[in-house]
Amino acid sequence: MRYGPWRSALTEPLLQLQDLTKWFGGLVATDSVDLDVAEGEIHAIIGPNGAGKTTLVGQISGEVRPDAGSISFAGKTITKSPAHARSLMGIARSFQITSLFLDFTVLANVALAVQAHAGHSFRLWQDATTDAALRDPARGFLELVGLEGRADDIAATLSHGEHRQLELAMALATNPKLLLLDEPTAGMGGDESARMVELLQRFRGKFTILLIEHDMDAVFALADRITVLHSGRILASGAPEDIRADRAVREAYLGEAEE
Amino acid sequence: MRFSPSVAVAAVAITLLAVVPLITNFLEEPFYLGLILRLMILAIAATSLNLILGFGNMVSFGHAAYMGIGAYVVGIGTFHAIEDGIGWLANGFLHIPLAIAASSLAALVIGAISMRTRGVYFIMITLAFGQMLYFVGVGLEVYGADDGLSLYQRSEFGGLVDISDNTQFYYLVLVLLLATLYGTKRLVASRFGLVIRGARSNERRLASIGIPVYRYKLIAFVIAGAICGVAGVLLANRTDFISPDMMHWTRSGDLIIMVVLGGMGTLFGPLYGAAAFLLVEEFLSGVTEHWQIVFGPLLILVVIFARGGIAGAIRALEKRPD
Amino acid sequence: MDWILLLEQCLNGLQLGILLFLLAAGLTLVFGIMDFVNLAHGSLYMMGAYFAATFTSWTGSFLLGAALALPAALVLGIVVEVVALRTLYDRDHLDQVLATFGLILFFNELVRIVWGPAGLDIPLPAFLETSIEMLPGVPYPTYRIAIIATGLIVAGGLYGLVSHTRIGMLIRAGASNREMVGALGINIRLLYTLVFGLGTVLAALAGLMAAPILTVQIGMGETILILAFVVIVIGGIGSIRGAFVAAVLVGLIDTVGRASLADLLRLFLTNQVAETAGPALSSMLIYVLMAAVLAIRPQGLFPPRGH
Repeated sequence: MRYGPWRSALTEPLLQLQDLTKWFGGLVATDSVDLDVAEGEIHAIIGPNGAGKTTLVGQISGEVRPDAGSISFAGKTITKSPAHARSLMGIARSFQITSLFLDFTVLANVALAVQAHAGHSFRLWQDATTDAALRDPARGFLELVGLEGRADDIAATLSHGEHRQLELAMALATNPKLLLLDEPTAGMGGDESARMVELLQRFRGKFTILLIEHDMDAVFALADRITVLHSGRILASGAPEDIRADRAVREAYLGEAEE
Repeated sequence: MRFSPSVAVAAVAITLLAVVPLITNFLEEPFYLGLILRLMILAIAATSLNLILGFGNMVSFGHAAYMGIGAYVVGIGTFHAIEDGIGWLANGFLHIPLAIAASSLAALVIGAISMRTRGVYFIMITLAFGQMLYFVGVGLEVYGADDGLSLYQRSEFGGLVDISDNTQFYYLVLVLLLATLYGTKRLVASRFGLVIRGARSNERRLASIGIPVYRYKLIAFVIAGAICGVAGVLLANRTDFISPDMMHWTRSGDLIIMVVLGGMGTLFGPLYGAAAFLLVEEFLSGVTEHWQIVFGPLLILVVIFARGGIAGAIRALEKRPD
Repeated sequence: MDWILLLEQCLNGLQLGILLFLLAAGLTLVFGIMDFVNLAHGSLYMMGAYFAATFTSWTGSFLLGAALALPAALVLGIVVEVVALRTLYDRDHLDQVLATFGLILFFNELVRIVWGPAGLDIPLPAFLETSIEMLPGVPYPTYRIAIIATGLIVAGGLYGLVSHTRIGMLIRAGASNREMVGALGINIRLLYTLVFGLGTVLAALAGLMAAPILTVQIGMGETILILAFVVIVIGGIGSIRGAFVAAVLVGLIDTVGRASLADLLRLFLTNQVAETAGPALSSMLIYVLMAAVLAIRPQGLFPPRGH
């Protein structure tokens, strides 16, 4: 069964991937992927390492150009749109390997994200480092993820888990409709992971979330639907119970991840 | 303003610059007045490069070309003013805006093409374009080709200031230097400046939060070129001479050395770097005419061991507990 | 249209292209494999020429002088690599640019001290001073043909080395994945030194071959180095094939362009303007070509795979 209980003939999916294909040299990283993500759902993508999850997310966020197929978001075709345009449309992304402005303070990181969505930045004279219009909302997002205590620390000094929190804060600061989260709990211990999951659960309904995860507890706690990726193609896609029960999936992947 | 070693050194530097003419006139050593004048002009050029190199990590190896453009505006203007009797062509109030326009245009075209590339490609392409302008200068037979052209008069500023008097010229340049430094300070802290610094820090991240990075980098490149064009106007007036050598890629290399030596991405770094560069050049060339054989390895050592430059070293003093 | 003159200019362009290729090949190998920007590559070209000049005057034979200059340049290159450049492989490109810029200053001054500021001449052996009739009535200097022939042989040898030998395979592997080659137990340091040495020999060969035609002088490396960089940018960093195609293209356009542009301009503009604009514009030709290539393919004509 391709589509879970969310399929409705009347509501168009927020994100639609059709026949998406990407080659790297002789290797197919994304193999004719069809995927719909409905508005408001939390959709998890799982699969073994090398399955092509990050490449897939990269094509959605605009860093990677697909070789074939199309992507549409909120009814518009965005296959050729550059990354910054997609961000302005409402697609926000966090990176698997932390990608932050490491020499900026934590607050400045989020403030820059706020700034990016506050009109153009061709202001050459006014001091932006003390601008409340940027810093107050930024502080708000830091409070949301629990990082307000570290606001004035240089981003490079944060722990790995705090980096993931900062990534999330920046994604939230860009006024997103769709959150692409690439392994948000990666490298986190039990407590931190639980906090992250709890945070994401609070976002249910407010944002649409497409989530790559290895942590099965997090996946089953959050996901409305799960898609399993293997060697670039979709192995199975549907409601969590169906995926858990699916033989092929268990053989290929779930068994490994359970340790 | 916090009292820190960085601020103290900067304040001392500016005070010293302000009183140099008084000292050199008293001691009747006009040579040193000319030397510090040259230092300030180079500092303006280096500050403009620091904007894109230090704060933006755009390694432009053709920046001296904009100085050449500014210089040639003055040279060509005063040449025709004398040759063809068109007086207003020697007017400084024409030279400066025209130099800004010409260098901005050149920077726009060169930047638009170069910015499509990254890393090493960008370095080489900016170098190549700089050389291209050098060869254009060499091809201009009328204006001296590679022998250069002497200026028989300096830019005229009406009754405002007479820059054929080096002392008045000095204070004009000092004012322009301070204006450049202040402008840079504000620019770097502005929204625009934060975008440029973000591009240096993590360009991919910047694009993913919604900033069209190319646009901003290009504008920064043009601003830097424009300021450097003004430095070129001043240089032509200082040396009373223009030549394509001003645009040679080794001059661009000198500017990069000044920015790195002084401390990339700091406000006063370029000033310190220009001072250090001139000092070493003057001192070493006094010791031996083969000073470059020492300067070369010296540069290599600085690159390997002292990346933060002079400003970095001063800042390091702040971290030490007293 | 003077076809004989055009043919001659084309051959000159090919000859320039071959020299550029030798220089660019070494440069692109070092970039592509070691990710190292070497501004001092032109200095090695210059040293090849100076060594050849000296050994020729000692032995009285150009061929012997050339044969001695190559190993001398190789030793020099390896010494420079081990002493000065090794520490810079992990640094960012700006550091490498600055450090090798310092090397240029050092070498130019060293040459000035040892050989003096005036240029040197290299006399050619009698049999190379002749001309060969390419076609009936079209004589062309034997020496220039020798340059073309030598260059083509070296190009063929280089191609064979890179595609058909174990070392070549390591070189290609190192270009795409440095860590993997290291993990395979190959001595990366040695590989890098070898590659650098190869680049040095190519540059020195170009220098000594160019020497009898141009004067051997201080700073001769820098002028041709910029052209070599343009060649690599057009051809694609890391690609020998790209370097060859781009080098020949650049050589032809520069030579033929320079020769015919003034004439072309004279058709449209007054003599005086054509005289002034001609040389200025012809210097720009190569850079216009580079800009055009970059506008369409920012990675060059033959971009390295996986980039």
